[in-house]
Amino acid sequence: MTGLVGAVAQVVVVAVGSPLLVGLMRKIRARLEGRVGAGVLQTWRDLRKLCRKEAISPHGTGWVFRMAPLVLAGTALVVASVVPLVTTQSPMDGVADLFAVAALLALGSVALALGGLDTGTAFGGMGASREVTLLALVEPTILLSVFALSVRVGSTNLGEIVTAAVHDPMAVISPVSLLAAVALGVVTIAETGRIPVDNPSTHLELTMIHEAMVLEYAGPDLALIEWASGMRLFVLLGLLAGLFAPWGIATAGAGPVAVVLALVVLVFKVAVLGAGLAAGEVFMAKLRLFRIPELLAGSFMLALLAVAASYFLA
Amino acid sequence: MISLLRKMRKTGRVAEPAPEPAAGDTVPAAAELGGSVQIRHIDAGSCNGCEVEIASAFGPVYDAERYGARLVASPRHADALLVTGPVTRNMEVALRRTHEAVPEPRLVIALGDCARDCGVFAGAYGVAGAVKDVLPVDAEVPGCPPKPEAIVEALRGLTGR
Repeated sequence: MTGLVGAVAQVVVVAVGSPLLVGLMRKIRARLEGRVGAGVLQTWRDLRKLCRKEAISPHGTGWVFRMAPLVLAGTALVVASVVPLVTTQSPMDGVADLFAVAALLALGSVALALGGLDTGTAFGGMGASREVTLLALVEPTILLSVFALSVRVGSTNLGEIVTAAVHDPMAVISPVSLLAAVALGVVTIAETGRIPVDNPSTHLELTMIHEAMVLEYAGPDLALIEWASGMRLFVLLGLLAGLFAPWGIATAGAGPVAVVLALVVLVFKVAVLGAGLAAGEVFMAKLRLFRIPELLAGSFMLALLAVAASYFLA
Repeated sequence: MISLLRKMRKTGRVAEPAPEPAAGDTVPAAAELGGSVQIRHIDAGSCNGCEVEIASAFGPVYDAERYGARLVASPRHADALLVTGPVTRNMEVALRRTHEAVPEPRLVIALGDCARDCGVFAGAYGVAGAVKDVLPVDAEVPGCPPKPEAIVEALRGLTGR
């Protein structure tokens, strides 16, 4: 029962909290740049306004363009319900497999890339090709870096990996975790389109990756995409925190108090990670597009080393 | 990185305190935007004097973003078009098409004397007219170029904050 409550609670927290996370990160960036910033609630105001606006399907686009935001938001919601953020006892635990989660995230990205291609504009196609290039480099690294942790547990089920870490916290502190954490951190930044891989607030079409694909979306569709992008950021940061600092996550047999505590801890961990990411971005410039594969290949190498190390240390 | 951190701590907040909002200056059509206005800037033939002032209105000192206004990269994402310069013959069709690409409800701001009544370019052979001859204008900002304070005040009239 607490599993069901926990799963519902984590979906609600991700859905409501992800625009607040984006707002918090913008606010922190603004303060470090000497500005005041629009406030944490601004992202919600933007979404509310976008929902009231007219929906536009550009001339010549078809069902692929219209389906893409729904698929992106749908996959993000499913991932939010299965990933062990608050509880490891989600009723959808069978889906919480590493491969299923990575595939769901990839499905959302591919849907959006197809939506960008469907517009037939130069920038839509360019953004889609860049996104898919990154995706091909990011997905193997996500899989490998979590593999390094699953070797110890003997399962690719994310719930079981987190449960094992909660019951034996000292096992998390190892060279394997360090290598895997750095690798997963880099791919989280790449997957969510943050600096140094992509600049979410750019106006220059030629430097865009994620933004170039969504240039033609308007109104409620754009709101869905922005909301889903925020949810993916929230889930990936939550997963990062859950795998490498699993303290506080409710496991089997936990009471309602543990679920509430787990919610508070989750919000705290994601807020700290998001604040750290936003603060780190101020010190960095965006990498040239041709340098990004080097960065991602480096993170893949770290993930590979983590898997090798976990084999030798096990 | 250390020197940048030290610079941040030394500089602190650059943004000037927000002035009191000018009363009775809000655009009625902007009410349903609810404190969030995405703006697409269009240079219809400007000398780039207004662009420098827009850049400083969104810079750290005036920080127009704190009132809920934000510059975006696509007219599809926008609620308002910020048009500068007299509308030149080459930009007339492009300006109309951009306006059609903005989802309803859409607003147009004419920024600077050139956009309002062609300014020093009135009667020039390449000029098709002022912005109001091409599009319905909801708000105007006078000045050549307008001061950042005036731009921020006009934007606050749209966001209502």
